[in-house]
Amino acid sequence: MKELDPLVFLAVFQEMLGPWLWVLLGLAALTTAAFIWLLLHQRGIAPRRLVFAQLLGLAGGALALVLMAKVSSSGFTDAAGPADWILITLVFALGAIGATIVTYTTLGWCRRSRKQAG
Amino acid sequence: MPLPSLQRRQLLALGAASAAATLASPAAQAQQPHKTQARIVIAGAGAAGLAAASRLAALLQGARITLIDARREHFYQPGFTLVGGGIKPATYVTSSTADYLPPGVELLTERVAEFDPDGNRVVTESGQAIAYDFLIVAVGLTLEYGLIEGMSPALIGKHGIGSIYHSPAAAEATWQAMSAFADQGGRGVFLRPATEMKCAGAPLKYTFITEDHLTRRGNRGKAELVYNSNNNALFSVPIVSEKVRMLYQERGIQVNYGRVLQSIDPGRRLATFKTAEGSEEQPYDFIHVIPPMRAPEAVRSSPLPWTADKNKAWAAEGWLEVDKGTLRHLRYANVFGVGDIAGVPKGKTAASVKWQVPVALDHLVAEIAGKTSNALYTGYTSCPLITRLGRAMLVEFDYQNNLVPSFPGAIAPLEELWVSWVMKTMALKPTYISMLRGRA
Repeated sequence: MKELDPLVFLAVFQEMLGPWLWVLLGLAALTTAAFIWLLLHQRGIAPRRLVFAQLLGLAGGALALVLMAKVSSSGFTDAAGPADWILITLVFALGAIGATIVTYTTLGWCRRSRKQAG
Repeated sequence: MPLPSLQRRQLLALGAASAAATLASPAAQAQQPHKTQARIVIAGAGAAGLAAASRLAALLQGARITLIDARREHFYQPGFTLVGGGIKPATYVTSSTADYLPPGVELLTERVAEFDPDGNRVVTESGQAIAYDFLIVAVGLTLEYGLIEGMSPALIGKHGIGSIYHSPAAAEATWQAMSAFADQGGRGVFLRPATEMKCAGAPLKYTFITEDHLTRRGNRGKAELVYNSNNNALFSVPIVSEKVRMLYQERGIQVNYGRVLQSIDPGRRLATFKTAEGSEEQPYDFIHVIPPMRAPEAVRSSPLPWTADKNKAWAAEGWLEVDKGTLRHLRYANVFGVGDIAGVPKGKTAASVKWQVPVALDHLVAEIAGKTSNALYTGYTSCPLITRLGRAMLVEFDYQNNLVPSFPGAIAPLEELWVSWVMKTMALKPTYISMLRGRA
């Protein structure tokens, strides 16, 4: 009875975010493309930049949890069962990974444009 | 599910994915609309009426679909508990019917005054008769505050009286009254009516929420909380009833069984309950009144309800005599009943609507197409039973009182979880709105 339909997910996200859904999807696609382009053209990862991006990623994970608590009218002591800790871990991880990629990519492109300007 | 890479969407996605799984049915099939000239009347533009209108508009081409409801506002009723609990404002649950009206569906802002299934027509308050080939009755139910002596909706928010069911404004006024009680303590009285009712979990949730507000303000010790059940259980599903009993015991909420509110004296803050032995007076500082509920008068006085020889209680309350698996009327084959008005054993909830509407419409459209349908509604419904601010139990069950969890092994139905609260506060409303639009 509980079949999962991708169109249902799309409809629910559209109701939840309105036009922001497409803005965010566009930004996600753009960042991913920019990140991959950077990896290909710089032939690998820049270790120092990655470490810095990961540090900011930790803040991104924390920010994701704060945002989650705000939009769900939750406190910080509500977690109870294992499913809650899994969700918290997922939110933190996704926030951290997202922030890391955004930071790494932005720094990479800034450095590239500075080089070109110089 | 694709993994997005931006924070906000990631966060929201998780909640939505869960809720969509809870409530999701196959979306309106991407099939060619069926050509027909059928005249279809949908009485009632609440959750069931709008969901039916949206789906029918997508499934049929050329049909004349008329939606009839006097109220222009649309209320997201699953959110009333959150408004009454001080978690969301009244604007959270209020929108306009016109926002969800599908193209090609005519909206008549009138009340149906008469159902004439023998003549295949309905008559509106202004005397307009509308003939139909198929009728979908989705008129919801009536809150009968007048059946409690001394009670009137005008009292909500005054004299320590609350009632979240009445309207968004009443839910907000209830929050003011409950919050004042949580500041001072005293005796809190909770109850449910002896009739069928919408969202039978709400009376329990509201007791839990009140208890939590008292605890958070350090006033739990100054308060006595009493829950009065109309029969000898707390919930119709035995395993859930037992779990709630255990939680109430743990939180020090006293339970009385076999108590039905008969009258209220706002001046003296005194409630009188009918008991097996006679009557019992209970003083209160805050009372959450839930009135008896029954079918609207136009349905009760029509040939559509159950008859006393088949089901005495449902006949008295006027619920539509429909087959519990197909939602088709048992005596009038071109009439369907969905949502609160349906005389079926369980769940007057939005989750029930979610599953009832596609089944009823499958039978209706099959008949137009000269086919038969084997779609069956099993009674599935769900209730995110809030047990404190920030936690809920995601209770899902069917006609047979079976628990039917959407995430077995991951989200335990009888466990108080934050993840279930997240679904209730973040994802249920978008899922509900998608349902109104026929997209979920």
